[in-house]
Amino acid sequence: MDATDLARWQFAITTVYHFLFVPITIGMSLIVAVFHTAWVRTRKPEWLRLAKFFGKLFLINFALGLVTGIVQEFQFGMNWSDYSRFVGDIFGAPLAVEALLAFFLESTFLGLWIFGWGRLPEKLHASTMWIVHIGTVLSAYFILSANSFMQHPVGYTYNPASGRAELTDFFAVLTNKVQLVTFPHVIFAAYMTGAAVIIGVAVYLMRREAKAAATPDELASGDAPMYRKAARIGAVISLVAAIGVIASGDVQGKIMTEVQPMKMAAAEALYESVPEGVGAPFSVLTIGSLDGSAATPIIEIPGLLSFLATGSFDGAVRGINEIKAEYAQTFGASGNPRVADLATAYVPNIPTTYWSFRLMIGLGIAASIIALAVLWTTRKGRTPTGKWLLYAAVAAPLLPVFANSFGWIFTEVGRQPWIVFGLMTTANGVSPSVSMGEVITSMTVFTLLYGALAVVEIKLFLHYVRKGAEPFEQPQDPADRDEDAPLVFAY
Amino acid sequence: MDLATFWFILLGVLWTGYLVLEGFDFGVGMLLPVLGGKRYAADAEDAEKRRRLLINTIGPVWDGNEVWVLTAGGATFAAFPHWYATLFSGFYLPLLLILVALIVRNLGFEYRHKRPGAVWKARWDQAIFWGSLVPALLWGVALTNIVRGVPIDANMEFTGNLFTLLNPLSLLGGITFVALFLTHGAIFIALKTDGKVRYEARLIAQRVGIVAAVLAVVLLGWIGLTDGKLASWATTVVAAVALLGAIAANRAGREGWAFIGTAVTIAMAVATYFIVLFPNVMPSTTNPAYNLTIENASSTDYTLKVMTIVALIFTPIVLLYQGWTYWVFRKRLTTSVIPDDAPLEPAAR
Repeated sequence: MDATDLARWQFAITTVYHFLFVPITIGMSLIVAVFHTAWVRTRKPEWLRLAKFFGKLFLINFALGLVTGIVQEFQFGMNWSDYSRFVGDIFGAPLAVEALLAFFLESTFLGLWIFGWGRLPEKLHASTMWIVHIGTVLSAYFILSANSFMQHPVGYTYNPASGRAELTDFFAVLTNKVQLVTFPHVIFAAYMTGAAVIIGVAVYLMRREAKAAATPDELASGDAPMYRKAARIGAVISLVAAIGVIASGDVQGKIMTEVQPMKMAAAEALYESVPEGVGAPFSVLTIGSLDGSAATPIIEIPGLLSFLATGSFDGAVRGINEIKAEYAQTFGASGNPRVADLATAYVPNIPTTYWSFRLMIGLGIAASIIALAVLWTTRKGRTPTGKWLLYAAVAAPLLPVFANSFGWIFTEVGRQPWIVFGLMTTANGVSPSVSMGEVITSMTVFTLLYGALAVVEIKLFLHYVRKGAEPFEQPQDPADRDEDAPLVFAY
Repeated sequence: MDLATFWFILLGVLWTGYLVLEGFDFGVGMLLPVLGGKRYAADAEDAEKRRRLLINTIGPVWDGNEVWVLTAGGATFAAFPHWYATLFSGFYLPLLLILVALIVRNLGFEYRHKRPGAVWKARWDQAIFWGSLVPALLWGVALTNIVRGVPIDANMEFTGNLFTLLNPLSLLGGITFVALFLTHGAIFIALKTDGKVRYEARLIAQRVGIVAAVLAVVLLGWIGLTDGKLASWATTVVAAVALLGAIAANRAGREGWAFIGTAVTIAMAVATYFIVLFPNVMPSTTNPAYNLTIENASSTDYTLKVMTIVALIFTPIVLLYQGWTYWVFRKRLTTSVIPDDAPLEPAAR
């Protein structure tokens, strides 16, 4: 293990950790905004209670997503300075624009939302959460354009005089075809995830309240119906978003096959090319080493890989060996150390890509099954109280959260050995002036700190879940508000 | 003026925005155990209310204030990729410390009040205090090192280590930043609160302000005598006058003017740094030929042009809505608006 490996591990750890919170932030900001607006529109107390309750949970999650995001921006320069030099002309722009357009919006308007109770006119106050949501979506757009450039560089030219890639068309970077499908895929996945948190929390509380009620009247007048409604809203959003995830993911597969064929081959551990008219199968599970020698698929769906890659069940799919030979020819023989990769011969880590691809899909499907089950068992005024709800409450948020992680692990590991596809290998991007000791220090610090913060965050989150929604309190009209009244959402 | 020079100036503006705004956040954080401590608080309950009051003075704005440094970082990356690369990889350990400090501080603001319990709160108080002190000090060390110069080789790589960065001038820079932010933060508290806390904050600003003024004059004088230009001496003089004016205004109970005074001081200190730096962005102490300059460290004209358009459209919008936030929350706070702690545990079932 050398400094490059450590820098990669640190990036992997900090990025996966950061992205545990990001989709929840994107998804929950939308749903809290919906609850808050529903209150302003209908004046039904339950909407205000839900907005405040899920708003608090949202804030607990948001804080950790925010602080771990700062690390990300610094890390490019700290650990990947040669990469930053090489693509800074292109890659820096979306990052700066993200800060200027998105971060300011999110942070400023979240401050207004937290402290705006009874101080801002109600409609304006509800709209601040919508603006926070727009900020999160804009932020996703710009950072995903930056990432899409790494997957499929466009809008640039290589300048031999400066020795770096230089921007020629910013609009092309923002409308990269990889970006145009990645963005909806990530946003829909984020809505699924945010909705799943609502489902998990709401079914837990619905069951608790329903079990505590002695009579049907008590049940109807208690909080169970409110949580039931929240759970159903979460389930509907989750299922609609799931359709978006599948549709965008399908297009993504085809574009990936076109621009990064190795990644598609790595997703299936397909070593030998499958010609037109045969149909490459998709293995759901495999026993074996996945090194191309003795893999034994247990369940195989004929033609599915061809369909994922080309849209036709008997389309041709190129295998790892063929693409590897081509890359060795194009890049390996070019004599350019920036694109030469002797270590892995342009093949990513196949077990990681194979399994992360399956886990992404499998966990996503499982999340949708839970949403469907919740929707079904709560149909027509039913309030289920079965013990399975407890498992569902825990699994609902975790499944999409980990599906997101595996999706990113697949995307990023599948791009290896490239840091920018076809332009620079990851090994070439690392900071030359940073010592092994420094990376060990930072990796240890981040891992321990992040571990401790995860414990704190989860404990605090569960503490607030158990407390449940606060009783309804008629909000004060900002116009005749007593200036000495206590702050509502104060720190 | 070419675009690289424009972006150099704009980075000065972004750093000014960051240090003026987060400067008082850091000051408030550092004053948490002082104004919310035994010396001033009547009892434990009063101390707790005071601490929450202090945090709430910056509650709605600290997060937006911090984005200024993210924008400065992103803008450095976009406009001067080599500056970004050399600086962030070279100042590795100080930046790691700053990151850790900002992480625990920000979580402190958000999590501290979310649970009752003395231990929970005391730990987050520590996080807020150290998380304010450490970045205040280290940004001072880092920025002073940029101006002073650090060992950089022909490949634009930093060749020093942590101890290279801990030289007398940059340490003085760090301590001066701490003193300036303490003054700035105390005046901000005086401006945003009422009652005893307001009065006590003014007293603190009075005492620390003198120290900050002496330190700032020595720091900027030292930098001026080494690399000074006429313009940097002018900004130094304005900084000194503004700080003395702030101290006088604070003494006279004119908190608004005092706050403007410390804000101008910080802005002029940043201006002095950037004027001294120009046209370098990171001078090399190894060989002046290896200096990173606005010329050799910058992005292409096309990138700068795109970024300029984006910045010219959106910076005023950001300033407008951030300014509006300050207007919405312009009201002074007192301990009486701090709500009592929520009941300890969820209702029994």
